[in-house]
Amino acid sequence: MGGRDSTLVLLDENGIRCDGRKVDEPRRIMIKAGGLKNADGSAYIEFGDNKILVGVFGPRDVHPKHMSNTDTGILRVRYHMEPFSVTERKNPAPSRREIEISKVIKEALEPAVMLEKFPRTAVDVFIEVLQADGGTRCAALSAASVALADAGIPMRDMVASCAAGKAADTIILDVNNEEDQAGQADMPIGYMPSLEKITLLQLDGVLTPAEYKKCVETGIHGCKIVYELQKKALNDKYFGNGEK
Amino acid sequence: MESKRKYVIPGDVITTGPYRPEQNVILEGDKIISTVIGISEIFEDSIKVIPLTGKYIPKIDDLVIGKIISHTSLSWELDINSCYVGFLPAQDVFGRDFSAHADELSSKLKTGDLVAARIANFDRTRDPLVTISDRDLGKIDSGHLVKISTSKVPRLIGKKGSMIQIIEMATGAAITIGQNGWVVVSCDTPEGLLKAKKAIQLVDEKAHVANLTEQIKEMLEYKGEL
Repeated sequence: MGGRDSTLVLLDENGIRCDGRKVDEPRRIMIKAGGLKNADGSAYIEFGDNKILVGVFGPRDVHPKHMSNTDTGILRVRYHMEPFSVTERKNPAPSRREIEISKVIKEALEPAVMLEKFPRTAVDVFIEVLQADGGTRCAALSAASVALADAGIPMRDMVASCAAGKAADTIILDVNNEEDQAGQADMPIGYMPSLEKITLLQLDGVLTPAEYKKCVETGIHGCKIVYELQKKALNDKYFGNGEK
Repeated sequence: MESKRKYVIPGDVITTGPYRPEQNVILEGDKIISTVIGISEIFEDSIKVIPLTGKYIPKIDDLVIGKIISHTSLSWELDINSCYVGFLPAQDVFGRDFSAHADELSSKLKTGDLVAARIANFDRTRDPLVTISDRDLGKIDSGHLVKISTSKVPRLIGKKGSMIQIIEMATGAAITIGQNGWVVVSCDTPEGLLKAKKAIQLVDEKAHVANLTEQIKEMLEYKGEL
């Protein structure tokens, strides 16, 4: 992944990125728990220009019945991008990319969710990307985790997620769309902060072993920032303004 | 122990040390971690978290309000506001001499009927078995169904039933609370019924407020239009 767009300055001489951020600065993040009346749990996240809504149902009956598991509950995740979420209309049918992200998010949530408590049931997570600007899988994963907690599904830990990457030969936190397109590497990370375990790690690009290590550390740092906001979102909904 | 209560979310470390993990907590190394959003309570040797959200999970001996959703020739199926359906065998209603040929299940309980039932048996391999053969159990003939969140049922009952007694005394209503969050209110006077329903909904909305009992009392004593 070399620099495709030579006119775009990803990092200027003062260490400021194309959208005005420093190298270790995430975009503006806002998370809200709840908001959907008919879902058992829900969350809304604004991660820079990403806007994502997540609804969770369950535990509930599994249909079709043959999918159910007598030992444990199952987790089903659908990641979907709205036709209007990107600049050119996106076909609403599930694309290859959306199917992959659904699977990746499902597998990133599974270590946290304690589905073995609900055999023969399913927990459904519906992720709708209203507006996309790079890093939707991380934003979606963070919001899905808040929505699952809101639905009261037992979890070993929250899953916070943030990407790190490499652009202009520098390791950066929270890769945006331009940096993803023109940069050298993109590494989304899902992380359970209390258990200190990684649940998602993908890498698109080339890094040296030293860069790889730094990239993981930077990503985890970002996850911890996201985690604080997830906590705040749930505290705001359930405990009001820090009563008691 | 009021001082040891804490608001927690999944992944929060409540404490470390030799405690027995009870409801909604897990032991990870020597850390005790909450698995739900709720209020943690530390007792002498154990720790539990009272959840603030989530679906009803059947427990043996719980009183629940169920709605008949269907029946076969041998049993009824009950919607008990959970992820599992309640299973009510016909013998429970017709007695030992029940015969699938002679007895028609819909003659006793029809689809849509409400029943007060008790969870007789439940484990992870089968759907919960419910029974209605006990005092105070059985078909509910009159009353209004109010649905509240499962996690707020203990608040509606109050300490040793204090909250529910206040509401019943002030309105003259008879209130049956199912652990699954379904509540049946019946009252001779329409005013009492309205007031009781309103009070129950208020508890559901404001379960986390500290002086809720006073607020409910105030609302019940208010004589004018609601």
